[in-house]
Amino acid sequence: MANGAVNPHTMPMAPLYIKLGVFTLLMALWQGLAMLLEVPDLPSVTQTLQALYYHTHEGDLINNVLITLGRVLISFTLAMLIGSIFGIAMGSKAWFNNISDSLLIILLNIPALVVIILSYIWIGLVEAAAILAVVINKVPTVAVMLREGARTTDTKLADVAKVYQLSWYRFMRAVYLPQLYPFFLAAARNGLSLIWKIVLVVELLGRSDGVGFALYSMFQFFDIAGILAYTMVFIAVVFVIELVCFKPFDLRIQRGR
Amino acid sequence: MSAVNLKIDKLSYSEYSGHQTIIDHIDLAINNTEFICIVGPSGCGKTTLLNTIAGLLNSPDAAVTFSQADIRLGYIFQEPRLMPWLTLQQNIELVLPQSNPQLVKQVLKQVGLSAYSQHYPNALSGGMLRRASIARAFVIQPQLLLLDEPFVSLDSPTAMKCRALLLDMAKQHQTTMVFVTHDVNEALYMADRIVFLSNSPSTIIHELVLNQSTQQHSGNYESPHQQALKSALFSQYPKILEGTLATG
Repeated sequence: MANGAVNPHTMPMAPLYIKLGVFTLLMALWQGLAMLLEVPDLPSVTQTLQALYYHTHEGDLINNVLITLGRVLISFTLAMLIGSIFGIAMGSKAWFNNISDSLLIILLNIPALVVIILSYIWIGLVEAAAILAVVINKVPTVAVMLREGARTTDTKLADVAKVYQLSWYRFMRAVYLPQLYPFFLAAARNGLSLIWKIVLVVELLGRSDGVGFALYSMFQFFDIAGILAYTMVFIAVVFVIELVCFKPFDLRIQRGR
Repeated sequence: MSAVNLKIDKLSYSEYSGHQTIIDHIDLAINNTEFICIVGPSGCGKTTLLNTIAGLLNSPDAAVTFSQADIRLGYIFQEPRLMPWLTLQQNIELVLPQSNPQLVKQVLKQVGLSAYSQHYPNALSGGMLRRASIARAFVIQPQLLLLDEPFVSLDSPTAMKCRALLLDMAKQHQTTMVFVTHDVNEALYMADRIVFLSNSPSTIIHELVLNQSTQQHSGNYESPHQQALKSALFSQYPKILEGTLATG
């Protein structure tokens, strides 16, 4: 890391006490509202925490979350990989963009539910169909973001690489891809939130395990506290992924910019 | 290491599918270790000429030939063009085929940037960035170095320091230099030979050979020696200078 090199563009992180303060305020608001209304449709924070304890120890919460996480991870990896390759190719080759542009618009606008239902009908109620449905839904948005990134790469920096005869690997690693990192990050953040949601719908419609299936079961029994308990875990997992994966990458790509 | 000769033979370059001619039949031979300045008005095609020599633009076969098959080519662009996400040291290491921290350290010391090796480009001043691009060019020990108005946006004292540094390093490395500028003073100060280009489509309209080995770089455009050169040039070639200085 640079000695004394300061990046004026790096956004300062909010102090931890501010984040904790906002979180506590939201919890207090929820608890207060639940106590005020006293209706079964809005369980309090304490009732939700009790449900969380129950589903963790007596139910299948951990197993369901892990199964869903696995599906999210596989779908996310495939969607990022395929979408990035397509997006970069479209952004850097005009002829490929001309061929693929209409297909991209079609894929962007087909409702997610249609893709999910058709995948289950054509492939069957199997894991592959579930993953494929999620990937097809996500690839176009990744491709669009990376296409824009590839279009904005600086050809002057590519000239430097050409003059100094950099190898293809070195050019990609040190010149080209760093220009796309902010677009990768935006696509990944956006992708993760979208994939989470689509995976749940996919599980709800055609799987017998996972968070989506569990939520559907709880809906059958109007187990609102259970639904909120799963949602809590869901949000906690997303926060962990943000802190462990995205934030360090974000800080890394901010260096020097 | 040996410097190279460069031969440009009837080089033409057009844009917009041949509808706009930028360079029109330029013939030029550049000798081993020669420091040549190409002077011409803005927009006449000086950068295009350099980019063609560098292979960044396509030129007709055999229009640009070197005395050796594989040469080490350096290019200092108008802008420093450092990678913003790499530290200064990483930027310089980037152009080396194999890691050589000692060489990088040595070059950074030569350009006076040792203390800034771990800084990112956005933490450096304009003059430092120029010196960094000089370091990047010289770290590969280039046989031929192309320079495209590298000091144009610098304040006068900083530009003068950078010129002195460049001359020093060129002498030390025995590099053939092709330096593009629209500033006749700068060309007189640095070159062994000045080539004057016309307005676009550019052709060579005059060449002036200077014997820099007998000159003493004072580090000042207003030195008596520099003034004498300038007066001689003005008296001999008023039309050339009007053409270049007017738009420079």
